[in-house]
Amino acid sequence: MNPATPPSPPLKKAAALTKKDFVSDQQVRWCPGCGDYAILNSMQHVFAELGVPKEDVVVISGIGCAARFPYYIDSYGFHTIHGRAPALATGVKVANPKLSVWVVGGDGDMLSIGGNHLLHALRRNVDIKILCFDNRIYGLTKGQTSPTSEYGKRTGTTPLGSVDRPVNPISIALAAEATFVARTADVFNTHLREVMLAAAAHKGSAFIQILQNCVIFNDGAFKDVTERGHREENAVYLEHQKPLVYGKDDEKVIRMDGFKPVAAAAGDADALVHDETDSALAYMLSRMGGDGLPTPMGIFRRQEHPTLESAMERQIRAARESEGEPDLMALLHSGDTWEVKQ
Amino acid sequence: MQITGTQFTNTAALFGNDLATFPDYPAEIRAPAGTLPGVSGFQVQFSSADIYTPGDEPDVLVAMNPAALKVNLHTLPKNAIVIADADAFDRRNLQKAGYPKDVNPLEDGSLDGYRLFAVPLTSRTETALSPFEALSVREKRRCKNFYALGMAYWLFSRSFDNTAGWLEKKFKKRPEIAQANITAMKAGYAFCDASEEFQVQYDVAPAPTEPGQYRSIQGNQALAYGLVAASHQAGVPLFYGSYPITPASSVLETLARLKRFGVKTFQAEDEIAAVTSAIGAAFAGAIAATGSSGPGIALKGEALGLALMVELPLVVVNVQRAGPSTGMPTKTEQSDLMQAMYGRNGEAPVPILAPQSPSDCFAIGFEAVRIATKYMVPVFILSDGFIANGAEPWRLPESLEDLSEVSVSYREGNGTLEPYSRDEETLARPWVKPGTPGLEHRIGGLEKQNLTGNVSYDPANHRLMTELREKKVQRVASEIPDLEVHGAPEGDLLLVAWGSTYGACRQAVSAAVANGLKVGHVHLRHLNPFPANLPEVMARFKRVACVEINSGQLATLLRAKYLVDVHVLGKVEGQPFAVREVLTHIQELAS
Ligand code: SF4
Repeated sequence: MNPATPPSPPLKKAAALTKKDFVSDQQVRWCPGCGDYAILNSMQHVFAELGVPKEDVVVISGIGCAARFPYYIDSYGFHTIHGRAPALATGVKVANPKLSVWVVGGDGDMLSIGGNHLLHALRRNVDIKILCFDNRIYGLTKGQTSPTSEYGKRTGTTPLGSVDRPVNPISIALAAEATFVARTADVFNTHLREVMLAAAAHKGSAFIQILQNCVIFNDGAFKDVTERGHREENAVYLEHQKPLVYGKDDEKVIRMDGFKPVAAAAGDADALVHDETDSALAYMLSRMGGDGLPTPMGIFRRQEHPTLESAMERQIRAARESEGEPDLMALLHSGDTWEVKQ
Repeated sequence: MQITGTQFTNTAALFGNDLATFPDYPAEIRAPAGTLPGVSGFQVQFSSADIYTPGDEPDVLVAMNPAALKVNLHTLPKNAIVIADADAFDRRNLQKAGYPKDVNPLEDGSLDGYRLFAVPLTSRTETALSPFEALSVREKRRCKNFYALGMAYWLFSRSFDNTAGWLEKKFKKRPEIAQANITAMKAGYAFCDASEEFQVQYDVAPAPTEPGQYRSIQGNQALAYGLVAASHQAGVPLFYGSYPITPASSVLETLARLKRFGVKTFQAEDEIAAVTSAIGAAFAGAIAATGSSGPGIALKGEALGLALMVELPLVVVNVQRAGPSTGMPTKTEQSDLMQAMYGRNGEAPVPILAPQSPSDCFAIGFEAVRIATKYMVPVFILSDGFIANGAEPWRLPESLEDLSEVSVSYREGNGTLEPYSRDEETLARPWVKPGTPGLEHRIGGLEKQNLTGNVSYDPANHRLMTELREKKVQRVASEIPDLEVHGAPEGDLLLVAWGSTYGACRQAVSAAVANGLKVGHVHLRHLNPFPANLPEVMARFKRVACVEINSGQLATLLRAKYLVDVHVLGKVEGQPFAVREVLTHIQELAS
């Protein structure tokens, strides 16, 4: 089955913007063949399709290969410090809710040094879109184990194999109460664009794990899921209120055996149907993949909740209604005052 | 204790006394009562004349248990009044306070040099409250602080009306508690009135101060108001990102209640998120500030480097406390000057301001916003626990015209933008808000090429940018008013001090001058850059000494910059300077 359009509200077509409007004059400096190129290309299309003026797009990154991203997008950009992009972006969005704020970083940036900020940006439901380029390795520092690297992985810092267990980014985002959680891959260009547009249409924080190939230090890490000839068996595309169908000829579905997902033949009466509002299902799916079952791609969870910035503005309006318009002199002269006469 | 102290302060202030307070409390929220570390104290000095400190030697001590007596007795002058709750001096409490077995200081004559009033406060309070049948014994006993406050009001001929009104408002939902406390307070007052023991009663007349409207204000509150006032005057909303930490939290709490001013407060997940969210808000065009104390500032270090690299305005408040590490969170110190000056990687200069008293926090908060936005630079404010929690009367601005101007402008309009072009006077780069059409650009922590702002590793450019960042900070000096010397304009000894040592220095120097010594005092509210006439002022005196609550950090800076032989009058005990201590030093150095 082909990646399908997620059921998102219809998006405004951008007035006159094209991909070119978002190509900056900076030379792109990733290694030839890096998955980041494909993501950049897709994202430049996505920005043009957002339906927001170019000057309202803000891209914020931390440190790492992926974090070079803002330099290549011709809009407002901020290349910040390691791990802190979600926190900095929260300040941007809260200060000016009109902006369309995008955060870009890698697995090390977001899940290691910046893990705390990711957790809290997600739980606050601030309307920022967090793109985690997950290549399961540290690229910019030349190939050390990352928080998503497999157990036992041999790298420069783990010559005998990593003894740290990896984290599951989707499970973490779900546990952090993210209201939009999705997975896609660098080479899935249509799917990637659709997921991004759905994320943009969502009011609230969005976390998107993008499986990204690092040709230099971790080549082929996701080829089972992303390459033609493998992905038909190893990936399943999530669609709201539709069964999870996969296989070369769409001949398989997922069914629950107690709390365990198992493969079944298409047409099974108990085929599992995806529901983006069901957190328990989303968590189960986040653990699925490998061991003969396909890895879910697409939107795991999408839920409505007030955003941080709208709640803050609401409190300001409420304060003005109940306490009156701001009067600085009245504030300074509040409390017990006394007069000293001539 | 803190509540009754504040009530007494407000009443004295309303009467028109000049005053200064020093709340001194343990870090633990419920430190074991009765033990020496658990003593919570509140010191207030009020006067009919100008005063600048909470005083060295209390004339009256109210000790609610043996530990409070033991901790504070050494500060009292002979013949001071000691009011002690005799009920609390039982065997258990005496033991907790570390008195030897069978020793009770209220009975063994060890307090003979003082005017001791051992009054069974607890049982008297209980008796006075016997009509309040609905209250438990515990609840009744809790009113004993107000019984003691009633005694203090009698002693200083003060009305308890203001406090009674406050209690009624505070316990609107539980009027019986309000009434019980008021009854206890009146009983304490009446007890003194009737008792033959109390032969003394003080009259402290209002202080002759400059005419105007006054209120009593604490440092952190004044700082919050200063930030809001600057934002209000600039017409740009304030964003304050912070993480709770003693003694800075009340800045966040104060601002959180000022939402009608458009203030957005953000209690971040950690210190780093607090500062980076503020940098993000500044990028988006807000007046942005973050606040903490030393340990939190250490965590913010990397982000502060980013703020000055991208040249965005940011106010960074450090309400200092005794360090290093967790140190003594509720005790005061001025030991983060070097941290503010140099505590970042690379050459990373920032302007540093320091309020000299609680009410001065308003002006300094305001000034920090003005400098940050005018020069596009992060600005440090070094307050401390003594200033933050202390209170003093503040002569209020009469109208908005009394405040200085904060004018904020953003670059707009089409055409080419050079994000790192500079204003000739201030060297500030343009502030361009995302959302401005045609001026899209990227910034970041990598070294910037001059003018274009593109990433650059060019050696000559790095030198140029390093120099520009330093020069920009030095340009602030042109706006700093010349220092005026208090005391002798020239002579034997100049005290150079900063922050909360203001009161102690000023009073000590006045006393020294009255004794014929040729001593002067300058107080620095700007620590980077220094006021331009500082070297010239120092040259007028034979000796220069820095008074600071650390081991000589300002002295080190002055020696390095001006090659003067500066003496250090330091103190690192977690306590403010007493006037007497400064005076002793002056006498040693000036004679
Ligand atoms: S190191 Fe890996 S992730 Fe980084 S640019 Fe090269 S290929 Fe891409």
